[in-house]
Amino acid sequence: MLQIKNLHARVGDKEILKGLTLTVNAGEVHAIMGPNGTGKSTLASIIAGKEEYEVTAGEVTFNGKNILEMSADERAREGVFLAFQYPVEIPGVSTTNFMKAAVNAKRKHQGLEPIVAKDFLKMMNEKRQLVELDKSYLSRSINEGFSGGEKKRNEIFQMAMLDPMLSIMDETDSGLDIDALRIVADGVNKLKTKDNAFLIITHYQRLLNYIVPDFVHVMYDGRIVKTGDKNLALKMEERGYDWIKEEVGA
Amino acid sequence: MSDQDTILGEHIDSEYKYGFTTDIETDTAAIGLSEDTVRFISAKKKEPEWMLEWRLTAYRQWLKMKQPKWQNVHFPEINFQDIIYYAAAKKKPQYESLDQVDPELLAVYDKLGLPKEEQKLLAGVAVDFVMDSESVITTYKETLKEKGIIFCAISEAIREYPDLVKQYLGSVVPPRDNYYSALNSAVFSDGSFVYIPKGVRCPMELSTYFRINAQNTGQFERTLIIAEEGSYVSYLEGCTAPMRDENQLHAAVVELITMDNAEIKYSTVQNWYPGDKEGKGGIYNFVTKRGLCKGHNSKISWTQVETGSAITWKYPSCILKGDNSIGEFYSVAVTNNYQQADTGTKMIHIGKNTRSRIVSKGISGGKSQNSYRGLVQVHKTAQDAYNFSQCDSLLLGDKCGAHTFPYLEIKNKSAQVEHEATTSKIGEDLLFYCNQRGLSNEEAVDMIVNGYCKEVFKQLPMEFAVEAQKLLSISLEGSVG
Repeated sequence: MLQIKNLHARVGDKEILKGLTLTVNAGEVHAIMGPNGTGKSTLASIIAGKEEYEVTAGEVTFNGKNILEMSADERAREGVFLAFQYPVEIPGVSTTNFMKAAVNAKRKHQGLEPIVAKDFLKMMNEKRQLVELDKSYLSRSINEGFSGGEKKRNEIFQMAMLDPMLSIMDETDSGLDIDALRIVADGVNKLKTKDNAFLIITHYQRLLNYIVPDFVHVMYDGRIVKTGDKNLALKMEERGYDWIKEEVGA
Repeated sequence: MSDQDTILGEHIDSEYKYGFTTDIETDTAAIGLSEDTVRFISAKKKEPEWMLEWRLTAYRQWLKMKQPKWQNVHFPEINFQDIIYYAAAKKKPQYESLDQVDPELLAVYDKLGLPKEEQKLLAGVAVDFVMDSESVITTYKETLKEKGIIFCAISEAIREYPDLVKQYLGSVVPPRDNYYSALNSAVFSDGSFVYIPKGVRCPMELSTYFRINAQNTGQFERTLIIAEEGSYVSYLEGCTAPMRDENQLHAAVVELITMDNAEIKYSTVQNWYPGDKEGKGGIYNFVTKRGLCKGHNSKISWTQVETGSAITWKYPSCILKGDNSIGEFYSVAVTNNYQQADTGTKMIHIGKNTRSRIVSKGISGGKSQNSYRGLVQVHKTAQDAYNFSQCDSLLLGDKCGAHTFPYLEIKNKSAQVEHEATTSKIGEDLLFYCNQRGLSNEEAVDMIVNGYCKEVFKQLPMEFAVEAQKLLSISLEGSVG
């Protein structure tokens, strides 16, 4: 589904990704761990198409298509979803209206008619329950006055609404208490199918107790330096990142 | 220039969609302005002698006045001898139903994308279309008549209800008030007159569609609305104009009067031709709108959505004379390309316990300049007056300007005045968030801007709010790469 080969990218003069390679297939859950400043969030932003990053070498294909040539909104309509680390507030725009526009943008891309109001409301009602989001949040302005945990749940709700092929979660667990963490993880687990895939970026192992990854990658200095199964995450938690640094000779 | 600027630059690059002209014969006055012009217009309107005298007095006052220069807009000196002051549609048909209306005229409204208005007509909204200075169609007059409501062209009111007109015309905006009100008083050709009798709640939204059509024809509309004790009316004014190369002057005067416990809600959606991308052409919109809360507990509420005109210069105001009276002003002003807007309001507190609320949202794109200018004046007599003002500016790009000029004149220590102001830009993070959900830049800006204006839109009647959103989209639309 997603193939990244030898990806180099920079922002301004600073090179952040230095030859990253990663393959994600349908039905898989990948976790990316690593210390601060190694380029994890940059990777998420580049896949999603944020323009401030300049790709200097390498390729990224999504279902065989070169997505580096697509705008961020095209990528989203193709089925790439990013759950933001810091979701923004949009004053005066309700989550309902926002989601309706987003769902219809995707449907249009797929050659479908706009969704019927009744079906849309039914879908909203179903999906919000996945993350135990109260009905009242849907008519409020997006993220305005939401707590950190509510914002993250709203991200997973949006993910459920848009039914993406590839979901990238950028430190969704940061700032979540243990209950919110469980709610978010349960929601994600219910969304998992054999046809979609997840890329979970995190500092900590604890989220991976709830969402069990098929692969764990450790990122360091703009590259993936180690790949293993869920046990690698446990080992990281136990031993910290220093041994990785030693192992790669940093 | 960053990518952000490129995106927004393209965004705010769209051209006027409603540029088209209709070919309906007009009956026009000779070019230029003199006492003869005033006499010509008065005669055309079959006016009584007192009205002609009123106009001539205004004209003579105007001759002694000078064009004001204090506003934050710039334009070449207007040559008032270069303007045609009267143009009327030649035939004045009397219709009973829409089927009988000139199809060309209906086609105009179709082009404006107003199928809803037709629906409104059918659904029971009386519409007094003003086409080139002349009321061409008035519907549902009979229904209104049953309730004693008068809704007609001002020229008809001058002939049919001279006592009311004599009593109130110029009572809120006297001809000598300012340069353009004097000009309007001398040469106004048409407009609407509304009278709501005591205790009557007008059962429908009254609306007028203004349209400037003949080349070089200044429009001098005159609107007078009187709400008697305990009455209520909601009045809608919407405008759009065809594309023209010459600048067109529009200097309307609107006067509102509310008696005890009466309320007038006046809503405007204005989309006149703003000029092309280089700033050529476009309408000059110099309007004097003022309401007088004459009675106790009365209320006047102005809501405006301004997307058009090369230059907009207007301050719908409220004089809060009656005790406990309320004045409101809700405004969205959008400027793009080379448009200039200097708009705002005046809230004049005279009566005791009077309250006013101002919510102004300015949106600037391109190389436009958008100014809010507001005055809150609390007189000695206005014990316990209260005002709340909120003035927000949204910038789309870095070549435009937003300015705020709030003035306060407080002469009573018991007054309570609150002012909030913000200036913001549509940030890259906000756009990216929307993009990531599959929305194009265009859709994203549209959504963000509409959200930003929500507080004002919700003051508009439902159908009008939908139209206003559509207009906003059109004014900010563009091809995005």
